[in-house]
Amino acid sequence: MFSSLPSLNVTTLIQQPTSPPRDPQQEGQPQVPAHAHHPDVRLFGLGIFLVADGMTFAGFFAAYLTYRAVNPLPVNAEYELELLLPAVNTLVLLASSLTFHRSSKALMANRMAVCRGWLLLTAALGVTFMAGQMWEYFHLPFGLTDNLFASTFYALTGFHGLHVTLGAMMILIVWWQAGSKGYFTTENHFGFAAAELYWHFVDGVWVVLFALLYLL
Amino acid sequence: MPIPASILTLAAGILLALISLWAGQNINLMPVAAADDAGTVDALFKVLFSIGVGLLLGITAMLVVALVHFRRRDGDHLDGPAVEGNLPLEVFWTAVPAIVILILGVYSYDIYAQMGGMADFHHHTSMPPREVEQVSLGHPADPETVIWGGIDRTDGMAFPVEVTAMQFAFIFHYPRQNFTTGELHLPLGQPVELRLKSNDVIHAFWVPEFRLKQDVIPGQPTVLSFTANRQGDYDIVCAELCGPYHGGMRSKVVVEDPRSFEEWLVHNTPATVATAPDSSPIA
Amino acid sequence: MTTNALPVSPHHREPHPVDVQHHTPWHEYFGFSLDHKVIGIQYLVTGFFFYLVGGALAGMIRVELVTPLSDFMARETYNQVLTLHGTIMIFLWIVPVVNGAFGNYLVPFHVGARDMAFPRLNAVAFWMLPPAGFLLLSSYFIGGAAQSGWTAYPPLSITTPAVGQVIWIVSVLLLGGSSIFGAVNFIATILKLRRSGLGLFQLPMFCWAMLGTSVLVVLATPVLAGALILLSMDIVAGTGFFNPALGGNAVVYQHLFWFYSHPAVYIMVLPAFGLVSEILPIHARKPLFGYRSMIYSILGIVFLGLIVWAHHMFTSGTPPWMRLFFTIATAIIAVPTGIKFFNWLATLWQGKLALNSALLFCCGFIFNFVFGGITGVALAQVPFDVHVHDTYFVVAHFHYIVFGGTVFVIFAAIYHWFPKISGRLLNEHLGRLHCLLSFLGFNICFFPQHWLGLNGMPRRVAEYDPQFQLVNQISSVGALLLAISTLPFLINVAWSLWKGVPAGDNPWQACTPEWLTSSPPPVENWLHEAPLVTEPYDYGSPEDAMPVTTVQGRELWSAGR
Repeated sequence: MFSSLPSLNVTTLIQQPTSPPRDPQQEGQPQVPAHAHHPDVRLFGLGIFLVADGMTFAGFFAAYLTYRAVNPLPVNAEYELELLLPAVNTLVLLASSLTFHRSSKALMANRMAVCRGWLLLTAALGVTFMAGQMWEYFHLPFGLTDNLFASTFYALTGFHGLHVTLGAMMILIVWWQAGSKGYFTTENHFGFAAAELYWHFVDGVWVVLFALLYLL
Repeated sequence: MPIPASILTLAAGILLALISLWAGQNINLMPVAAADDAGTVDALFKVLFSIGVGLLLGITAMLVVALVHFRRRDGDHLDGPAVEGNLPLEVFWTAVPAIVILILGVYSYDIYAQMGGMADFHHHTSMPPREVEQVSLGHPADPETVIWGGIDRTDGMAFPVEVTAMQFAFIFHYPRQNFTTGELHLPLGQPVELRLKSNDVIHAFWVPEFRLKQDVIPGQPTVLSFTANRQGDYDIVCAELCGPYHGGMRSKVVVEDPRSFEEWLVHNTPATVATAPDSSPIA
Repeated sequence: MTTNALPVSPHHREPHPVDVQHHTPWHEYFGFSLDHKVIGIQYLVTGFFFYLVGGALAGMIRVELVTPLSDFMARETYNQVLTLHGTIMIFLWIVPVVNGAFGNYLVPFHVGARDMAFPRLNAVAFWMLPPAGFLLLSSYFIGGAAQSGWTAYPPLSITTPAVGQVIWIVSVLLLGGSSIFGAVNFIATILKLRRSGLGLFQLPMFCWAMLGTSVLVVLATPVLAGALILLSMDIVAGTGFFNPALGGNAVVYQHLFWFYSHPAVYIMVLPAFGLVSEILPIHARKPLFGYRSMIYSILGIVFLGLIVWAHHMFTSGTPPWMRLFFTIATAIIAVPTGIKFFNWLATLWQGKLALNSALLFCCGFIFNFVFGGITGVALAQVPFDVHVHDTYFVVAHFHYIVFGGTVFVIFAAIYHWFPKISGRLLNEHLGRLHCLLSFLGFNICFFPQHWLGLNGMPRRVAEYDPQFQLVNQISSVGALLLAISTLPFLINVAWSLWKGVPAGDNPWQACTPEWLTSSPPPVENWLHEAPLVTEPYDYGSPEDAMPVTTVQGRELWSAGR
């Protein structure tokens, strides 16, 4: 009956990095294990998903640019946006990409304490960014439904802020996971790598957003 | 002696071409044409129809021949020939459609430009002195008065009518005479210019006999200019889903000879305009 | 033979041990299964359920249109029905079935994998479907479904009752998310999970179609999601993105919407192209003609499909340069599409055509799609489009594409792969009856609608000019026939599942990897290593081959063999 698994050979075992056995209760059933027997392409999948996510932003940007080009605002609705805080915020976010990168370096060098330190700093920078955003929201001279620019501003920054919030939560989870010994190793750290890829993506989107919304 | 396949193919091709040409010229699927450019659109349609008939008949014939002639006979368990490609053939059926399509594209662009579809409303220097180009004090013009698009070839010489669409009716306002009706009257043979505005949702102004349609978009006035060239009553149809009574949103356009049109105008022009002492002339 | 790994030749199959667990327990089809074959069947059955629902809605539309007056149902209800019909048929029947059902069932086989790259994500993507569907249907009972058509153009969608519209948005967002998850899975599976030794240009055409489709899904669907998020803010939060009364721009929505919804046509049609490319060579016993050019035309369609959206907006007051650009781009897309059809005809030519239901449905598809393609090229010409835009001509055109095209292929694919899925053949007599009735019903229903559109009947109307009554009635008769055509199919499936002729592992003597295993396949797809099929269309005998059954030794000798 179990002779049906002759293909569990060496090559497939090599490509199976996941540390704990998946589902102990399914052990011994012939049909389950092979689901896991392929190279880990989760990061690749996340990359494709981020392309999709980026297209959502691209749609928003396109709408915003079209509005700018063809839908003039009422005279009382042309604002000079405060630049200092968003510029500082941009630097904060860029710095957080850098700190995540340092954390990744530390992980690859198997220095977990350093890795966690940089992670925590990254999360802190993310939270700082969100705090800055909140401060800006409460001090802006316009509300969500005031006019087209206001709505677009809040929609874009809000959608991005949602991403930052999610990212910060992911980083904290990864930070917590990194605390248990051997959870991430130099070879096997999908959760960490996913959070990093996502975080860089969110930063990249912000740079475009900042250029379009504040500088243009 | 069997007839060579190449001769049969040639004959079939000629027959197909003749049938398509005949079909294009003799099968009329369009309603009567009642505007100047409707005839040109119909001519384009005839070309498209000919090509379409030829292509469809040709492909269907090949399909049917294949199904009949190459059907698997009882007891035949063999494969067909292992033909996987034929470069000259593939180049042929890539290049010919591409060329046909490009020619069609140029042809229809030409017609469309002739209809006035390529008029540039934002930088139109010879634009009629419509309310559009009011003084702009460094600000872009108010979107409510800018013309956003449409079909325009008349260079301001056309007779203007303002069309307002709302759920679920079209209202026609004659700015020069300053009156409003629910039935559009147009002079035969004279260029007219409809300025279309919507009060609520998107509608579309369509007169099938004119072969013209233009969306009426709230916040984005559009224009439609043409010359009606056939007397009669035609339906104006709303072609964009606009709510429950969309299907009932129809109106009538009456194309009449210039004299009776003038009479109709005078008859409908409110007396107040004629007697108002200091009303500045509109348009 | 050019294949060079384990059991490859279709003509001899490896006997498999009988004692292997073949049958997936029935309850697994109702649960969170991770098996790509189970998920594929879940998609298929769920999709077919919604096809019946959407078909019933179409029936209601055709009944309403038997008379020129709005007398069968309330006008609001009519708009709800047409909105639900469009949304269900697109998002819950065609997209999930050609992508989710056949993609999931076949792609792992074709790349030589045991499952999709992300089985859990796959199951999640499927299980987003039933809630979204039932949410959509339930909106009819709580305050009425959306009334603004499947296009949901603002400002109409902002002014119609909000509850139905918001539920519609949530439902479409769920379905779009499901579609994106599916696409991520397909891209990863096709690019990263191929059996070692299997190159991209050795894949069956369906994989290329799914790859192209998934690229379109990933690039286009999120834009629709963004547009719908903004639309829901307009409805719920009182913003004015698309509301001109608040300074917004209604046409921007149309751009964002069609940036997805035109590629959506290819998302529905490319997998169908792929399926046809699988089915035809097998039943014609010939290799797929022009393998490479088929791939390049898929890539061409993907690229062009992303830059033609504004041809849906020729009357929307778009700038002239845009109309010019989109006319040319749209018409050009006929070239790669045409290549595919010529290749299929060349595949059939000189073949040994088995006139079974699968092949006949494919031929019906070719006729219908060519018809729809011709009207499509006509619609790309702006002067003509200005006349027929938003009329029954367009309705007829896109039904020729998505119904006459894709749905016919779905049925062809069911007849073709049913033996693999169930282990039993479908009844051919009922199948051919189904095909005949579908073909007649479809053409009687939609062919006359071209004339209606040309002569002045707009789409989405509950009432119309009395001069169109006769033709509308003919169309409704066709719709009735179409509804009836489903009966032989349902009977056939039910009966064949129960008593159908056992199919054997490879009833069509096919080369592609899904046939090189048992029917139904084991959970792991193959008992041994996945077969390496580098020539998926290795049919046909060399031109100078002699029939083995009739040939005599002397002839071989005299032919110098």
